[in-house]
Amino acid sequence: MRPLRAAPALTLALMLGPVLAGLAGTLAPALGVLPALGGHTLSLAPARALAAWPGLWQAVALSVGTGLAATILALVTVTLFAAGWTGTRAMALLERLLSPLLAVPHVAAALGLAFLIAPSGWIARALSPWATGWQRPPDLLILQDPLGLAMIAGLAAKEIPFLFLMTLAALPQAAPARRLTIARALGYGRTTGWLKAVFPAVYAQIRLPVYAVLAYSMSAVDVAIVLGPSTPPPLAVQVVRWMSDPDLSLRFQAAAGAILQLGLVLAVLALWRLGELAAARLGRRWAEGGARRLAEPLLRAAGLGLAALAAAAVILGLAGLALWSIAGFWGFPDALPDGIGLRSWARHGPALIAPARETLVLAALATALALALTLACLEAEHRFGLAPGSRSLWLLYLPLLVPQVAFLPGLQTLALSLGAGTGRGTVVLAHLVFVLPYVFLALSAPWRAWDPRHATVAAALGAGPGRIFRTVRLPMLLAPVLTAAAVGFAVSVGQYLPTLLPGGGRIRTLTTEAVALAAGGDRRIIGVTVLVQTVLVAAPFALALAAPRLVFRHRRGMRGAG
Amino acid sequence: MTGLRLENIVLARGGEPLIAVEAHVAPGEVLSVMGPSGSGKSTLLAAVIGTLPPAFTMTGRVVLNGRDVTALPPEARKIGILYQDELLFPHLSVGGNLAFALPRALRGRKARRARIEAALDEIGMTGFADRDPATLSGGQKARVALMRMLLAEPQALLLDEPFSRLDAALRDQIRALVFARARDRGLPVLLVTHDRADAEAAGGPVIAL
Repeated sequence: MRPLRAAPALTLALMLGPVLAGLAGTLAPALGVLPALGGHTLSLAPARALAAWPGLWQAVALSVGTGLAATILALVTVTLFAAGWTGTRAMALLERLLSPLLAVPHVAAALGLAFLIAPSGWIARALSPWATGWQRPPDLLILQDPLGLAMIAGLAAKEIPFLFLMTLAALPQAAPARRLTIARALGYGRTTGWLKAVFPAVYAQIRLPVYAVLAYSMSAVDVAIVLGPSTPPPLAVQVVRWMSDPDLSLRFQAAAGAILQLGLVLAVLALWRLGELAAARLGRRWAEGGARRLAEPLLRAAGLGLAALAAAAVILGLAGLALWSIAGFWGFPDALPDGIGLRSWARHGPALIAPARETLVLAALATALALALTLACLEAEHRFGLAPGSRSLWLLYLPLLVPQVAFLPGLQTLALSLGAGTGRGTVVLAHLVFVLPYVFLALSAPWRAWDPRHATVAAALGAGPGRIFRTVRLPMLLAPVLTAAAVGFAVSVGQYLPTLLPGGGRIRTLTTEAVALAAGGDRRIIGVTVLVQTVLVAAPFALALAAPRLVFRHRRGMRGAG
Repeated sequence: MTGLRLENIVLARGGEPLIAVEAHVAPGEVLSVMGPSGSGKSTLLAAVIGTLPPAFTMTGRVVLNGRDVTALPPEARKIGILYQDELLFPHLSVGGNLAFALPRALRGRKARRARIEAALDEIGMTGFADRDPATLSGGQKARVALMRMLLAEPQALLLDEPFSRLDAALRDQIRALVFARARDRGLPVLLVTHDRADAEAAGGPVIAL
């Protein structure tokens, strides 16, 4: 009983402890204090060095610009799509397409997109030479363009599935069918009625996920390395470059940059909040204005088009890379390779065994810890009648709102100075910070929706709380438990910075390999790596889907539960 | 003193008293508690069985066959409960549901299995042990739920509107079965209902909330 009561506090400590300690560990060197490197007194020298870096303003502008653009693009897409297509077959189809894309690691999606849109990529090949006349890849700067357009597309394509699923989860509470029926009975078009009557209730529910998307997009490192400009890169990438520089004195500057990144994210979040208030005011005026239809066909088409484009970009990109992994000779304007074979797999496969094993071990450890902590928290909530407040949801989202690059450098420095060192243990703890919120979010809703009278009946039959948990609740909730585990596993597999920095650059996973390969541009080895990575995230989901059906194949009452 | 005694029970929420009950249910007797929804019937049952939500406070004692169970957790009280939903565990077979309720003291796979077969015979469901509970009819589910409760050898039975979901013909049949079994075993029964016919069929004293 006692240890269970401590579960929520322990979970919070493990989730937020590294974030807070890491922030402190970043702030100190940003202010010149890092005894290990000879920094003993407070000074503004790191800030001055940062300000003297010639690329600073461009890096800041890129970070803010790409982050805001990607978030707005993703939110507009999801909103228009939901507004125009809720309850249609197109929606059901895209829901089935987009949901699995949530699990695809960011770097895999980015590398796939890079192959699609590159001057030598699939789109150019499909149009050449008959439409473009190109016999050789044109000299166009599409990838890593200075405005970060490719990066915006890559971020949006990955965030659209996330916001879409969050919107789907929020919809039932907004009673969309009833509200929309009333609006349409009053003469409003489908899209206009949805935007005016349903969207405000939905947005209130997805506000935290939107903030998380904004914070992530502003400070993403892996996607920026693959698709973003490099001279100068967005601020977060530059901080990581300084952190990995052999010249250790650059760590001070890196810390100052990390703190600046944190300030940027907080400032833009505040700006976004002001934007919300302004939008709410304008929206109210618009709703009260009584306009019944607003370019309905155009908005519906835009919603469907953008959502389908996002799904197609990720799916075709992965398909292209899969094809590269088995391609024989594949010259430029050809849309398909001359032949297929397993040569690339034979050549590059063996080198991936070690990183694949490391990826598996890290993900298994982080997921097992996260699942155990989540189950302990939820069980404590049930047994002691604790009521989770709205504040606990904010705490859960906190690791997703603080930019990774702001606290992971500090965590690395701290681990080193505490003598814990960098290595697998530190990396698992860093992964846990991000795996926990997702596992908790995935499991808490079905867990709380379970009918507690089952527990009362079991207790009246003489079963104690432990036996009820083991033999009634856990088996009944097997499907959502396994799904939550698969989500946690996928989150861990996709982590780049939380592997790179706490691992001191020595822990090699499929994700760190994939990012490192991006610069080389060898599509065969990229294809092999990304495919292994994708299989590694897809397999647990397949297992989570199949296992409960197999175990409970003779139990009709267990179908559709979770 | 045998039977179920509710001594001076006062349930309060945030200091506001909701219900006060003083009652004695003799073995084999049915005490009906009637009241509209929201009158605190279910809260009273939760207090007796030991699952009172933390928002409520309770004073008084629950005494079962001379044993003060007020401070005991639900699994140690030996009080059974039936709801309007059968709440058969969907992941277990019919036999598995009954086995869940059998006391640990009954040792041996064979002996336990035999006891389950006998229990199924008793409710006219011979050979149903391996069936999926989701495939049973409403009446069959109700009978399995009752038998599951009885196999745990409770010393008292709580009924939370247990017949309200059954159609009229089935309701009389199941009601008669439940009351007969409780009387056979000398169980004090606390019935919570808003259906006057339930209280009349029970034939015992009635408290209106």
